Amino acid sequence: MVMKNRQAKDVSVQAGVLAFLDTPVELTALEKCLLNEYQRGFPLCTSPFKLIAEQQGVIEAEVIATLESLQQRGLISRVGPVFAPRRVGASTLAALSVPADDLVQVAEFVSSFEEVNHNYEREHSYNLWFVVTAADVTHVQQVLDAIADETGLPVLKLPLERSFYIDLGFPLWC
Amino acid sequence: MVLTGKDRELIAAIQGGLPLVAKPYAAIAARLGLSEGEVIERLQLLQTVGLIKRMGVVVKHRALGYRANAMVVWDVADTELERVGELLASEACVTLCYQRPRRLPMWRYNLFCMIHGRERGSVLRRLEQIITHHGLQDIAHSVLFSGRDFKQRGARYVESDRTVDVMRRSHG
Repeated sequence: MVMKNRQAKDVSVQAGVLAFLDTPVELTALEKCLLNEYQRGFPLCTSPFKLIAEQQGVIEAEVIATLESLQQRGLISRVGPVFAPRRVGASTLAALSVPADDLVQVAEFVSSFEEVNHNYEREHSYNLWFVVTAADVTHVQQVLDAIADETGLPVLKLPLERSFYIDLGFPLWC
Repeated sequence: MVLTGKDRELIAAIQGGLPLVAKPYAAIAARLGLSEGEVIERLQLLQTVGLIKRMGVVVKHRALGYRANAMVVWDVADTELERVGELLASEACVTLCYQRPRRLPMWRYNLFCMIHGRERGSVLRRLEQIITHHGLQDIAHSVLFSGRDFKQRGARYVESDRTVDVMRRSHG
């Protein structure tokens, strides 16, 4: 890959390290409960937050404020749907084996695609893993081809063939 | 199920999350020119057919202290794949359990699962327990811990800049 922007590298490394700093998370009982009990089966009714409030013995405004706070603190990404892979649009997991010195720069290039929604390092000779999502398979393939062309690295394409897992949410405190 | 134009608009409107207001479905309905009842009914249907896997709080596990994330990949004989896949999927601490293609000679593994924990030691102990408990010692596997996270956001299946802007404004 033609490395055009060496300066960006150090900044990103620092940002990556910052993300790993251990910050203890203090959670109230209501926060723990919302995180644990409402990852699925969110009420489909006129006033869902009011229903949750009644279930937990608090007022509706407190439920809404608590969820807003969890979101602002970056502890939840959203309250909403999780779509089944392959059912809406097209997507694939993919991996690259990147020389260590080039990893940050190649990662930034991969992240620059709007179609890449997740991109992360793993400890393996295939050290960069990412998910490409688009409206159809042709578009997904175009992104993979563009990444292979620009980086000069062969892309390992690993689309989902079958899911054994029933998503019940993330197992907190398990 | 064939998605209608309205379904796609609905997916675009909710893929970034429900607005945190007292009547979120009514708020979405008003935006799309539907009734609140239609939005709720449509969302129920999308869940029933499995297009929406679940609806609720989507946690950021790293921010919550679950920093050790191992993708465990297995080279399972094709005839054993279903049995092993279902065993792994049934484990409480396994999130995701997928069959993916082998890419020989570069990549031999055809079953992927994810185990999260607060630190590596606990993840590896869980994995050992799972292997011992289910007698998986003879299946070649590899553990890939995650490192730096370069990008993570909800997938955008349907583009709708307008919708995203509206939601941002409603959150202040």
